[in-house]
Amino acid sequence: MSATAAQAPQSARPPRPSQRQRAFADRTRGRVRRRRVANTAMTVVLGVAAIVATLPLIFILWHLVREGATALSLDFFTQMPKPVGEAGGGLANAIVGTLILIGIAMAIGLPVGVGAGLYLAEYRRSPLATAVRFLSDVLNGLPSIVMGIFAWQFLVRPVGHFSAVAGGVALAAMMIPMVTRTTEEMVRIVPVALREAALALGYARWRTSITVVLRTATAGIVTGALVAIARIAGETAPLLFTAFGNQFWSVRVNEPIAALPLQIFNYAVSPYDEWHALAWAGALVLIILVFLISLAARFATRARFGGMGD
Amino acid sequence: MPTRAAPAPAREVRTRVAVRSLDAFFAEVHAIKNVSLAFEDRSVTAIIGPSGCGKSTFLRCLNRMHETIPGARVSGSVELDGTDIYAKRSNPIRVRQHIGMVFQRPSPFPTMSVRDNVAAGLRILSKRPARKETDAIVERALRRAALWDEVADRLDSSALGLSGGQQQRLCIARALATEPGVLLLDEPTASLDPLSTQRVEELLYELRKDMTVVIVTHNMQQAARVSDTTAFFLSGELVESAPTRVMFTTPADPRTEAYITGRFG
Repeated sequence: MSATAAQAPQSARPPRPSQRQRAFADRTRGRVRRRRVANTAMTVVLGVAAIVATLPLIFILWHLVREGATALSLDFFTQMPKPVGEAGGGLANAIVGTLILIGIAMAIGLPVGVGAGLYLAEYRRSPLATAVRFLSDVLNGLPSIVMGIFAWQFLVRPVGHFSAVAGGVALAAMMIPMVTRTTEEMVRIVPVALREAALALGYARWRTSITVVLRTATAGIVTGALVAIARIAGETAPLLFTAFGNQFWSVRVNEPIAALPLQIFNYAVSPYDEWHALAWAGALVLIILVFLISLAARFATRARFGGMGD
Repeated sequence: MPTRAAPAPAREVRTRVAVRSLDAFFAEVHAIKNVSLAFEDRSVTAIIGPSGCGKSTFLRCLNRMHETIPGARVSGSVELDGTDIYAKRSNPIRVRQHIGMVFQRPSPFPTMSVRDNVAAGLRILSKRPARKETDAIVERALRRAALWDEVADRLDSSALGLSGGQQQRLCIARALATEPGVLLLDEPTASLDPLSTQRVEELLYELRKDMTVVIVTHNMQQAARVSDTTAFFLSGELVESAPTRVMFTTPADPRTEAYITGRFG
């Protein structure tokens, strides 16, 4: 990053280099060597950092497969939890519960998030947009347990009991700022030329937003939504005092519902080996779920780059 | 290819679009200064001038696109067939349906097929044509844009699969589908190769037979080739407007002469 190294003298024989030239050549050779060493060292350091960055995931996966794979069977997906001491049993209720919670969160979070993002992009400079943008960034950084407390305060306490809806709302509140910001970004990168082309055809502004801008940005928004879903799928804290968990089969949204992260937590802190095994298996299933969603997000992203041209 | 030398023989001259003391602003910038200009039916008018002289802004005033930019405003009047498009009761959306526009960069809708792109303007009409009728309109528009033979077998594939020149002709077809009486083109060949440029120019020659065409261009040879009338803009003002042949041989204003002989711009 310092002086130019361009003029390294080629060790030309005739005429004989003068004293000064030789000294210069020595200095330059020294510098080149130093740079080469620094270069190699930095490459190694950064490479190690890159490996360390992914190490936790590799370690976790390896550990989960080792501990959880044995408990993973068809029963795990189809059977209810068994009492302590009985062999077998599964987490069917928790798997279904997690899917229901994600469903509720999506039903609330996607329309609100996409709508808010579209607003932010279309009315970029309005005072409301500026405020909403700032607040959603704050919301994005809010600890998830706070979301749980909020949902408990407004949806559990007044009703008097835990419910899947309260859990879904807490998850939606986490999801909304993420979806809002990705939607805004994706809508913003739609070329102005497309907007103008639609307006020039006689499209009203709202119609331009929906049929041209939003449609062009759809693949990117889907990617953002999937990433947000992957993030909330494994959340435990917002569910602790909202969805609460349930040892029994329940698909009713106004009652406590089981969820994979909660079940993993409960089993992991229990003293029983069978439950520990189930917790490992549950964690493995959760990570596979998140992995699949991320994979889908990747495909959606690719579709976007295929679709946008340029 | 028809000969281009002689502008169409003597015919009844009718003013299609009349601009009267038009001023346009971007927030504080006075971009168009008191311009009055008339565009005749069945003719091509070229607008030339150096970069930043307000050519494009002027063009965008003709279909009320200028005001879509935040802070932009317009005063004066633009009459289309005798009706002021800036009148209080005038609806910009209606105006834009009657005055088509094509931009510098081809801008097909990326999520739509070739067919849907051409039909995009039809879907918002109060009387939406039936499916069969739409197909006929799409074909007619593509034929007028000299694109039909190249895309007839891939109407349902993505418009992004077309080449740049084809995309631009697709945009022209899209603008023609709703049968506007006036077509505005903002440097339509600026991003095209010479061959595609030639095709678009030939196309303009055909379009002139039944509509009013206004084209903004940087290229003076192009203006000389395609237009019946040329208007020269400089720093937001209309310097001179005259039949193209006259303009390029005996310009009245010394600034016009300086520009077209390449002394500036």
